[in-house]
Amino acid sequence: MKPAGPIALQVSGLQVARSGTVVLRDINASFTRGRWVSIVGPNGAGKSTLLAAMAGLLPVQGRVELGGEDLQAMPAARRAQQLAWMGQGESVGDDLSALDLTLLGRLPHQSWFSGLDAADQALAEQALRDMQAWQWRDRYVGTLSGGERQRVLLARALAVQAPVLLLDEPLANLDPPHQADWLDVMRSLVTAGATVVSVLHEISMALQADDMLVMQQGRVIHQGACTDALSHRALESVFDDRIQVRTVDGQLVALPRSARR
Amino acid sequence: MRDYVYQRPLVLGLVLCAATLVVLLAGMLAGSNGLDDWHGLGALLGLAQPEADGGMMAQIVWQIRMPRSIGAWLAGALLGLAGALSQAVFRNPLADPYLLGSASGASLGVCLALVGLDGSLIDMHWLARLGLTGAAFAGAMLAVVMTAALASGVAQTLRLLLAGVVVAVVLGAASSLVLQMHPHLLQSMQGFMLGSTAFVGWDSCALMLAALLPGLMLAMVLGRWLDGLALGEQTATSLGLPVKPMRWVLILTLALATGAAVAHTGLIAFVGLAAPHITRRMVRWGSRHGVLLASLMGGLLLVAADLLARVVIAPRELPVGVLTALIGGAYLLWLMRRHQQGGGMS
Repeated sequence: MKPAGPIALQVSGLQVARSGTVVLRDINASFTRGRWVSIVGPNGAGKSTLLAAMAGLLPVQGRVELGGEDLQAMPAARRAQQLAWMGQGESVGDDLSALDLTLLGRLPHQSWFSGLDAADQALAEQALRDMQAWQWRDRYVGTLSGGERQRVLLARALAVQAPVLLLDEPLANLDPPHQADWLDVMRSLVTAGATVVSVLHEISMALQADDMLVMQQGRVIHQGACTDALSHRALESVFDDRIQVRTVDGQLVALPRSARR
Repeated sequence: MRDYVYQRPLVLGLVLCAATLVVLLAGMLAGSNGLDDWHGLGALLGLAQPEADGGMMAQIVWQIRMPRSIGAWLAGALLGLAGALSQAVFRNPLADPYLLGSASGASLGVCLALVGLDGSLIDMHWLARLGLTGAAFAGAMLAVVMTAALASGVAQTLRLLLAGVVVAVVLGAASSLVLQMHPHLLQSMQGFMLGSTAFVGWDSCALMLAALLPGLMLAMVLGRWLDGLALGEQTATSLGLPVKPMRWVLILTLALATGAAVAHTGLIAFVGLAAPHITRRMVRWGSRHGVLLASLMGGLLLVAADLLARVVIAPRELPVGVLTALIGGAYLLWLMRRHQQGGGMS
């Protein structure tokens, strides 16, 4: 594990209730600048809820700090410039072109009356190129396949140019080559100092991150480096030992384990 | 990639303005014998001899045909604006400005006002007519407020749509009950339900313009924020948009626009649905110019439909709402057929 850098995002004593039921309780976690953290856990563990709570999209008890500042007290525009969020199965206007959709990522940087400038246009175009989606810039989002649409949505999140990215299931619908491309983009982002927090169902992909945060039943039960054996043990344990973490060709992978052993 | 009819929104805007001007001029020629009343154009241009007919033609053009045509354009523009806004709020390109129950509310308002005034639409004093439009407007706004209250606010799209359906059914039933108790009002109500521009005067034009201008300015100011709503409430919030206040402002604006149009011209179907939809097919959509263009398109559609309604069976007139329903219905059926063949709805 790299030496700890400055904290980009910190959660203390976080509790979230939905329809009167507590779904997240006593969450404490910190996310270091220039690191990629995967949030993993079984279905219903509260991963997506935690991500939305950290993005300031849910009413919470406890405290979320972005760059040392209370997230709930931050002006909406500044928060949006500092923190990009991409939801799971995000809906989009089908009659927007891929480029127009990506340009919406520049909204946090615009005032009521100002329009897009050349820099906004250039950043959105670069984000589309980074996600290998440039060739569809003029196509309606409604005409794109699931994977193509996902790449445009990722480009929209990248176009915000925020130092902290919260991504819920960013690899959904992506084929393996484009998953690898996404990994490269994340790597270059964290190398440049960004903080990436992603919820990933695909454990082998989650193991490519720097750190992992393991959740079960609305609680964080472990946070540590992906290469740490303790992290592997925590991961196997929350999945009832139905997976095992192994190293194959120098790469960590999670293999399913049959219940009939 | 789609090949649009117009690559630049400005060009489409100019084309719509030019077409509107032509139809407005044609509206001055539309007399009881159809489209051949050249004296009307003469009166408009100041060429007619006032002494020849005692100034009758000039009066017909300036006090009847002109406000009626301009009123039709304004009502269409309001419905186009309301349609574009409702499609942005409900994130559905087939959303209609009447979705929030405003049409049923306006009908009930008119119904109750007619009971109070005990008059028909034809020989009504202007003050009574103003009361009627006020009642329609109040009914439309009341329906929207009821819908929002039933949906516990405007945050949840699906709840809002369902509440709109419930309010429309309940208010529609209330109107039917009132008519059942006062059957002599059925004919007057029918005129309102079918939609008509026959009674629009300059005072109506002024009121509709007063509702249209702030609505258009708001759409221009909010501009790309409207597009941001297409991403869904959470993503729009994450992008720093004040989603809840924005939805309230938009819903009140679309209620104001719908109420103003319905109050003066009755229930005119499909213009609010079709105007933004046709605009989307002609030019690359963006709310900043899209709402304005949809409004211009709505104005053109209704002023053209009004002209047709006046000349098709001259000297009699078709209710313009019947014509827009027929044409709009045929358009939607064609669209659905294209969709089934894989052409897409948008």
